Amino acid sequence: MATLNMLVAVCLVYVIFLFLIAFAAERAAIQGRGGWLRSPVVYTLSLSIYCTAWTFYGAVGYAARSGLEYLTIYIGPSLVMIGWWWVLRKLVRIGRSQRVTSIADLISSRYGKSNLLAVGVTVLAVVGTTPYIALQLQSVTVSFSVFSDAYEAGLTRDNHESNALLVAAGLALFTIVFGTRNLDVNERHHGVVMAIAVEAVVKLFALTAVGVFVVWGLAGGVSDIFTRIDTSEIGSWEMRGDRWAGLIFLSAAAFLCLPRMFQVMVVENENEGHLRMASWAFPLYLMVMSLFVVPIAVVGLDLMPAGSNPDFFVLTVPLATGNDGLAMLSFIGGFSSATSMVIVAALALSTMVSNHIVMPIWLNVTGGGAVVSGDVRNVVLLSRRISIGAVVTLGYLYYRLSGGGTALASIGLISFTGVAQFLPVLIGGVFWRGATRQGAFAGLTVGFLIWAYSLLLPSFGASMLSADLMANGPFGIGWLRPQAFFGIEGMDPLVHAILWSISLNTLAFYAASLMGFPSPLERLQGAQFVNVYEHSSTPRGWSGNLAQSEDLMIMAQRILGAREAQSLFEREARGQGMAGVLPEPSPEFLQQLERALAGSVGAATAHAMISQTAGGASVSVEDLMAVADETAQMMEHSSQLETKSEELARTARQLRQANDKLTQISEQKDAFLSQVSHELRTPMTSIRAFSEILRDSEMLTAAERGRYCSIIHDEAIRLTRLLDDLLDLSVLENGQVSLNTQTGQLADVLDQALAAALTGSGDAKLQVMRSREAEKLSLTTDLDRLSQVFINLIGNAQKYCDAEHPELKISVAHREGNVLIDFTDNGSGISKEDQAVIFEKFSRAGVQRVSGAGLGLAICREIMTRLGGSVSYLPGQGGAAFRVVMPEELAVAAQ
Amino acid sequence: MSERRSRVFLERQSYRRRRLIDTIRVLPIIGALLWAVPLLWPSGEANSVATSDAIIFIFVVWTILVVTGAILSRVLSRGSDENDELDT
Repeated sequence: MATLNMLVAVCLVYVIFLFLIAFAAERAAIQGRGGWLRSPVVYTLSLSIYCTAWTFYGAVGYAARSGLEYLTIYIGPSLVMIGWWWVLRKLVRIGRSQRVTSIADLISSRYGKSNLLAVGVTVLAVVGTTPYIALQLQSVTVSFSVFSDAYEAGLTRDNHESNALLVAAGLALFTIVFGTRNLDVNERHHGVVMAIAVEAVVKLFALTAVGVFVVWGLAGGVSDIFTRIDTSEIGSWEMRGDRWAGLIFLSAAAFLCLPRMFQVMVVENENEGHLRMASWAFPLYLMVMSLFVVPIAVVGLDLMPAGSNPDFFVLTVPLATGNDGLAMLSFIGGFSSATSMVIVAALALSTMVSNHIVMPIWLNVTGGGAVVSGDVRNVVLLSRRISIGAVVTLGYLYYRLSGGGTALASIGLISFTGVAQFLPVLIGGVFWRGATRQGAFAGLTVGFLIWAYSLLLPSFGASMLSADLMANGPFGIGWLRPQAFFGIEGMDPLVHAILWSISLNTLAFYAASLMGFPSPLERLQGAQFVNVYEHSSTPRGWSGNLAQSEDLMIMAQRILGAREAQSLFEREARGQGMAGVLPEPSPEFLQQLERALAGSVGAATAHAMISQTAGGASVSVEDLMAVADETAQMMEHSSQLETKSEELARTARQLRQANDKLTQISEQKDAFLSQVSHELRTPMTSIRAFSEILRDSEMLTAAERGRYCSIIHDEAIRLTRLLDDLLDLSVLENGQVSLNTQTGQLADVLDQALAAALTGSGDAKLQVMRSREAEKLSLTTDLDRLSQVFINLIGNAQKYCDAEHPELKISVAHREGNVLIDFTDNGSGISKEDQAVIFEKFSRAGVQRVSGAGLGLAICREIMTRLGGSVSYLPGQGGAAFRVVMPEELAVAAQ
Repeated sequence: MSERRSRVFLERQSYRRRRLIDTIRVLPIIGALLWAVPLLWPSGEANSVATSDAIIFIFVVWTILVVTGAILSRVLSRGSDENDELDT
């Protein structure tokens, strides 16, 4: 026979059991044997703090009153978990990469590490959560009283309240012991997480046990229970669509925004991969939790006398049927639901209160920074502990002041609506880079004012908002009635509040974001958050030139503890390749240190502390601008350098080309000189030889002497001609020639040239064909020079044409303002290789069978260039063909 | 989304992974639509849906979502954990 004393004993044993589990988990984690602590199963189970005593006891009452509406509270979170890829995955990634310690930290960090925003979020979270904690305390005390009513009716109200106080104190103690063991929130609370995971199993087991008992013990199995359901008060679907949709949305939003859910889901998350399992396992958990709610409610309605509180059917049904053990189990289930919620909520809220309210105040009061004496580590821990105590005390006070009546029962959804106001700011901050701090302030302010005005205050009844105001609106303005905005009546008050608070909140957030302009830090953080998958790296923000490593060390020791701080510094020093313990205060190191400190005291405070220790060397807007300027200058400088070096490269290329050309010219000159020497030497040699013979030999006949003399004479002529040619060429090349311009007929010039070229060729072997008609051209140019060119070309034909009956055809044509005079013979022509060089000096086509220095064509070319025309070889004419081109204006056709 | 260097075509394996992620993404939408179906049920005394039928419908949807989610996340974890960030 269970007695109240036994109940108390069981409770105590259970609490001791929890302490032991938490203690064992902490020990295992410290000794590094904590692998199993970080399994996805534990993570999934820890999420079950969503199911508080309100859902453990209250769901059945909810179902007994409103049918299946209670399911909305589980469907919303199920959808969020199933849709983990959309939001949760990103939140967890951000939480891990930014070392987020709470939802207030996340929001403040996203919006430029604004502490004011963090304070705001913290206050709102406390306001939204305190009634909820009160609700847990109430459920525990009422469940006590249910037992006491059943056994020792006669416990006074004082007993209840002392029970509540006892429970509150116990929970605060547990949270303090296991929640503030280590300071760095990112080291995670293995003890707490493990304890709530165990509690998750306990409450699931308890509720399922009661459910199984009800379905198969009291009712006749599944089909019987379905019949009972359909014939009961809640036997048909009578759901208001607005509440169904509105509550699903609300619970989904609250699931993301509740500080305690954020704590277990994001902050305590060990591994992103755990989400994968939780994404389906947690909906499964919720499904099982809600499976037996309706059967219990229906059987309770059947079994219990009319007017009994359906909220505690989970306890009263087993008690009424004499199953004390099951009732005890159920009591433990409810107790564990309440305790785990209070523990995590107190932990999450105390982190926020301590980091964003107590520590900044303390830093301000004591002059700030870590340079002050005293152990900051202890201060942080103390502030945490006091905050936990304060949060739980607040919950207790709320419970006492509200009288613990039915007013508390409805507080669950009111609280949900309150924290759901974080949703636009949270989602907007994570997915929209344009979200700004002003927007966040505006949205949160509007959302919470509407929430308070249309939902929270009316829930207190006439004591807060008068009946007149509720009916007629403030100052008689009907449009502003708390539950009928814009004069539209008849909406469900809760849905009304959800609709207007969230939509106007979003609108204000959006509009203010669009209008404002974010600070550089906000924009930096915005990019970091929104594009977290692209660069899960850290923003560079510190310039450590002024920071003293030693000061940083002193500060870090105070916050992280000596051992952690030293190992962090040592690791960093090793990473920088330095001996000793103190690393260079590089920006990367400062960044990392800030992250580490942020885990203990929050992002905004850590930022402030580092900036103070680093001598105010944190990056301000001006610094960023300066850095940007510097960078721009450097870029300009380097682009200038680049231009210069390009210029240099270009010049060098030109110089190299010039050098190549000079070398080539020098080679040509050398070749020319050696050619000239060779050409001069040959006749000189023969002249010397024959003149020696003439001098030394006396017995020479007159004929011999005459022959030798004529050889000498010929060679001298040849020499003279060569020298003349060279001189001529040099004069032409140097442009020193003065042209003797005359006017004459082309035909006459050709006649002269032919006569000169063919003189002495004996029987005039070369047959020349001309078209006299075409040659009727008047020329105004240096006719002697032109004639020289013609003589040379005709002479070449005469010399080189190898046909049996050599012929030379001279044709004249007009094309494109030029006169073309072609000299074509019927020989074998000039080979392709020779064509390229015949106009060069000393080049002679083919074998050296004909005398000549090989300067003729070179001179021709020079002359034609001087005369403004050209001479070129014309391939493919059957024989050697040269074309002389004269500009037309020099040649006027004879009338 | 921002500009990111993305390849136009993927290997078969990466392609399958992307489509798997698409399935994971669409799952909550399907769930929300199915759970929105009760909005269309007639309410009131006359011909309203029996609570037992409503329970069966809602819990069947729940089971489908959980089972599908479990299968998908199992398949997802079999693939490499790389390229998770390429959520295109």
